[in-house]
Amino acid sequence: MARVLVVDDDQALSEMLGIVLRAEGYTASFCDDGSKAYGIFKETKPDLVLLDLMLPGLDGVEVCKVIRAESGVPIVMLTARGDTLDVIKGLESGADDYVIKPFKPKELIARIKARLKKDDLKAESLTLGDLSIDVIGHSVKRNGKEISLTPLEFDLLLALARKPWQVYTREQLLTEVWHYRNPADTRLVNVHVQRLRAKVEHDPENPEIVMTVRGVGYKAGP
Amino acid sequence: MKLFYLIKQAWNKSLSIRIIATTFIVSTILVTIIGLILINRVSSGILSSKESSSLTEASSAINEAQRVVSATDIGAGSPTVSVIVDTAVTALAVRAGQSGLYDVLFLSAEEMSKQGLPERGTNLVAETSVSDELRNQVENSDKLLWSYTQINYLDGRNIPGLVIGAPIKINNVGTYSLFLLFPLDKEEETIRIIRSAVLVTGIFLIFGLLILVWYLTRSVLSPVRKTANAAERLRMGLLNERVPVSGEDDLAKLAGSFNSMAASIQQQIGQLEQMSRMQRRFVSDVSHELRTPLTTVRMAADVLYESRNQYTGETARAAELLSTQIERFEILLSQLLEISRFDAGAADLSLKQTNIKNLIEKTADSLSSLLTKQETPVVINGSAPEIEMDPRRIERVLRNLILNASEYGVGKPIEVEIGSDEEAIAVIVKDQGPGLKPGESSLVFNRFWRADPARARTTGGTGLGLAIALEDARLHSGWLDAWGSPGQGTMFRLTLPRVAHKAISKSPLAIGLGDEKQLELDMSALAELMTTIPMGTKNE
Repeated sequence: MARVLVVDDDQALSEMLGIVLRAEGYTASFCDDGSKAYGIFKETKPDLVLLDLMLPGLDGVEVCKVIRAESGVPIVMLTARGDTLDVIKGLESGADDYVIKPFKPKELIARIKARLKKDDLKAESLTLGDLSIDVIGHSVKRNGKEISLTPLEFDLLLALARKPWQVYTREQLLTEVWHYRNPADTRLVNVHVQRLRAKVEHDPENPEIVMTVRGVGYKAGP
Repeated sequence: MKLFYLIKQAWNKSLSIRIIATTFIVSTILVTIIGLILINRVSSGILSSKESSSLTEASSAINEAQRVVSATDIGAGSPTVSVIVDTAVTALAVRAGQSGLYDVLFLSAEEMSKQGLPERGTNLVAETSVSDELRNQVENSDKLLWSYTQINYLDGRNIPGLVIGAPIKINNVGTYSLFLLFPLDKEEETIRIIRSAVLVTGIFLIFGLLILVWYLTRSVLSPVRKTANAAERLRMGLLNERVPVSGEDDLAKLAGSFNSMAASIQQQIGQLEQMSRMQRRFVSDVSHELRTPLTTVRMAADVLYESRNQYTGETARAAELLSTQIERFEILLSQLLEISRFDAGAADLSLKQTNIKNLIEKTADSLSSLLTKQETPVVINGSAPEIEMDPRRIERVLRNLILNASEYGVGKPIEVEIGSDEEAIAVIVKDQGPGLKPGESSLVFNRFWRADPARARTTGGTGLGLAIALEDARLHSGWLDAWGSPGQGTMFRLTLPRVAHKAISKSPLAIGLGDEKQLELDMSALAELMTTIPMGTKNE
């Protein structure tokens, strides 16, 4: 039974989210103040966080940063402004995905399921450049030293590493990694590729692991 | 030719060059005329006074000579002609004095000179100093004659001078001609000095004028130029640009007016920006404030809708209605927000190379469930090259056009035609519905306009779809126009420039029934025009 932490200051929406989540079989816990979010997060140890961006106390972006500094737990943002910088800021601070209000309950559940989905993993050991990827152990090592990736970043790296010959378009990655059925906002891919590079590349300015193919998308390098 | 062109260009471009050149030409002409008049007056004055004093002197000198000659003639013995001539010349030379007031030529008449009669002159004056013409005239006259001449000396000197001649009668010998040669070299020198003084003065005057004009032009033009530069910078958006104001003259007034204009523009732009900011802020706030409760309501409605089977007939229907109408409300809200964004100028394009045909197919696919339900097929013809567009917005335009066509032409095929030329691509969406009445083609883009207010809507359109589509087309610098005629169906034509934001002159596809005139018509411009024409003129 997966636990979901809902961080939203709107009582009615929180309650409604609780109803919908419980109907899907999740356990929900709530927080209505940004400054308390981290404490409740530590306490409840959720499997996924639903995070509103506009929060009293501490801004959603800040909450996201604080949680991300500690944990790779999937974070899905709830935002009312899909076309503003808020989305980019949220993604850059570590959110894995976002839904724009007003969303359909099914849409939200689909996003949550996609993030909580556990692929049937085979015992597989991949190498990419000087990285060794342990699929079962969900770990990436360079020279025996572990690099800490969030599950999403791991999935992104894995998707690229499994077919190093293939150039992925951003839309393909959205389907493969984010499990979107309809192609959505490609900014998701851009932002997370940047975050992944920051962790795995020797020099993120001159990537050697996740290469950009101009006008097409990304591929595993070199 | 090239030089001429350069000069012409400089002439046309620079006011100061024009003013300076004009001043130079005009002042040169004036100074030359004035100088010439001045020199003329002064030299004729000098010469005429010399002339009259010379004539007075000459007249008494000639009388004296005549007297000497007559006395000698009468005297004792019979002196030779040479003696008589010498006496006369000596008397005149004494009279002329050491200063050389004049020189004397005492010449016999021509026929006598052939007889070897003596002729005399003083100070080596050459005979050639007197022209033959004057010599003849003097021989045949009985009074003083004068003319200007060049006095030649036997030692090679020659100076300008005045020659005055008169006949002298010597008894038993005949008529001699006496010429007095007054040198004018001093007067000539004076005139030369005056002339060069006038020339130098004139040149200084012209240069002085040019410098003055250049300075004045500069002092007038430099504030004008400064103001022009400031206006240019103002145009580029530097609203703080001002011109320094000094003094209280016309230029200061210009600078002052410019500054107050700039201040007023700045204030008004500031106000507009403030309003636009407030509007955007408001839209954003409304967006956030409305969306959160709407999300809750939406989720609640969905929960009710999912479990509608547990309710009795009417409650279940109520849950259904709640769900569908919330969906409609959501669409309306998002369209209103979109319109507000256009009104606030906050809409921007994210351009991407896109094939319009693929986009149309994709749009038709996404509407396929509705279109299948209505049994309305979509027929796509033609193709166009990929161009840069905002696919999200153009898909929305196409979606609106196809939805609109399906709403009015239910059950009949929707024809979509694609065309392109070197500057634009175009899409026509044609339905076989009842068609638009005359004049309605300009109204369809009005917000919340309905062809027939009494008509029920089948797809729950909001009345904002086409208004948004028009804004989307305009944002691409493209056109969206409509044509329709009762019984002929309705056509919507979307024209997009192949190079983003480049104005289009004509659409690659003709709208209407192939009427060539329709091709040139920008219906969206016409729509704007029609709203500005007062209704009364239609009846005239």
